[in-house]
Amino acid sequence: MGATIVEKIFSSRCGKAVAAGEVVMAPIDRAMIHDITGPLAIEKFKEMGGRKVFDRNRVVMLFDHQIPADSIEAAQNHVFMRKFAEEQGIFNRDLREGVCHQVVVEEGLAAPGEIVVGADSHTCMYGATGAFATGIGSTDMGFALKFGALYFRVPDSIRIEVEGTFPRRVSPKDLILAITGDIGADGATYQTLEFTGNTVQNMDMAGRMTCCNMAIEMGAKAGIVPPDTVTRSYLAGRGVMAPLEIASDPDATYAEFKDYNVSTLEPQVAVPHNVDNVVPVGEVAGTPIDQVFIGSCTNGRFEDLAAAAEVAGTETFDPKVRVIVIPASRKEYLKALKAGTIERFVNAGALVEAPCCGPCMGGAFGLLAPGEVSLSTSNRNFKGRQGSAEAKVYLCSPATAAASAIYGVITDPRGV
Amino acid sequence: MKVWKFGDDVDTDAIIPGRFLTIYNPMELAKHAFEGTRPEFAMGVARGDVIVAGRNFGCGSSREHAPIALLGAGVQVVIAKSFARIFYRNAINTGLLPLVCAETDGIHDMSEIEVNTLKRIAVVEGKTYHLEPVPAFLKEIIEAGGLVEYAKKLEEVPLCTVSR
Ligand code: SF4
Repeated sequence: MGATIVEKIFSSRCGKAVAAGEVVMAPIDRAMIHDITGPLAIEKFKEMGGRKVFDRNRVVMLFDHQIPADSIEAAQNHVFMRKFAEEQGIFNRDLREGVCHQVVVEEGLAAPGEIVVGADSHTCMYGATGAFATGIGSTDMGFALKFGALYFRVPDSIRIEVEGTFPRRVSPKDLILAITGDIGADGATYQTLEFTGNTVQNMDMAGRMTCCNMAIEMGAKAGIVPPDTVTRSYLAGRGVMAPLEIASDPDATYAEFKDYNVSTLEPQVAVPHNVDNVVPVGEVAGTPIDQVFIGSCTNGRFEDLAAAAEVAGTETFDPKVRVIVIPASRKEYLKALKAGTIERFVNAGALVEAPCCGPCMGGAFGLLAPGEVSLSTSNRNFKGRQGSAEAKVYLCSPATAAASAIYGVITDPRGV
Repeated sequence: MKVWKFGDDVDTDAIIPGRFLTIYNPMELAKHAFEGTRPEFAMGVARGDVIVAGRNFGCGSSREHAPIALLGAGVQVVIAKSFARIFYRNAINTGLLPLVCAETDGIHDMSEIEVNTLKRIAVVEGKTYHLEPVPAFLKEIIEAGGLVEYAKKLEEVPLCTVSR
């Protein structure tokens, strides 16, 4: 009987055949901690009697959620983590590099066939490289740091087949929003979403990351794109030699099959207060907005900023709207700087901030007042996510965000 | 013991908003539990109270502050139709018991509730509700008192052992 790519990853890392539904204590190839969930993970590691982490070179540490420190407590957390990194000899990227998930992928720290965990739910993004990657809590992370292993229930998979060509100004973000609306907030709980089909094969890594990033919004344990030439050339540029063959068998068992075609897809918007509350942009066009956020691990890459800038053209943004643009990492920031994208945003009246999570989590800055409306390229619109519980957050693609920023109301980017 | 009833898709941002994540003390976190979405919870909750919810409880962010805030508030059991994966693990790991029950629709806010974890039943207003068993491999962790206690006893990790 055939196996899915995820079953194969667990089998190869464990040295014996394991199948979906089985629980296995599997070795960890990489563990990521950041400034919010890291301190607690370190505490747990110590409570468990941990002295040395399992492998200091396999621990990725960086700060991105509350940087530069936005409170004394955040500053203390940073100090605590810096000290731990120093004691353990862990290379700490501190606040220099950007949003954790972007940094892991762009530095080649998640490779096909690897098992990667991160103390953050959007760790599932690294599946874009063909790794099995999943988000865990701090106690699980304490355990992983100590033993270099963790228990997993090998997930079964939903195979998502995407065909067709994206219409102008419709992007992978619109696709994944549409899929989330279809599958629902808990439609893939404990499962893996395996993205395949022509459209995915033709998608760049940025788009694949956007899709895998939002697997968690359907409750999935992981998202994965079987590695191909796009993956291999991306990783080769990062010094990673990807294995040549790792893919699901044709006769693998899937929990479900889903087909999508993007040729007729319209720009999508997730309406407050659930990510699966998705409608075509036309249904909410004209809704006044107070803030636009272009950034996050979902859509803060150069390709996203470029797509937004293309729509913005030489227009200036509506002065009633606060437009916050945050590149996902230092490297993406530099690319956008060199391409003149950042200049365009600044000319249009946007606030461009240094790489970090920014308003995505409502922790650091850019919080919303009661009654305010935000349009965001990030991944969550839960009540209170970006500030007041009486504020509203709509989610969309970078193109829709830019079009809306020009007019001050939610706007279909195809008409701009 | 009373019921605090919630609907479907209660996310961890609702349980504890992002701006309180620099706090790690359970009692301090508890003061802000459900602050934006159900402000009367933190003041009204009493030790032993039970949260009863619909589908997908604890979806969203991996923040362990969520089960910790509930534990700090004195809640030891959450009963829901289903749980989001990371929250479920975090709950087991920190000692909050997540129990699945298909028929939580019939349980109302502020009802008196009696939970018997050994018999796996909850009694609410004279009616008995059956709670699904916790997967066998997680029982060991629960019985140890959470993953920290479990890990302390572990000399060596049983790498690549497979169970159901
Ligand atoms: S950008 Fe948002 S979703 Fe991504 S890691 Fe930061 S807070 Fe989480």
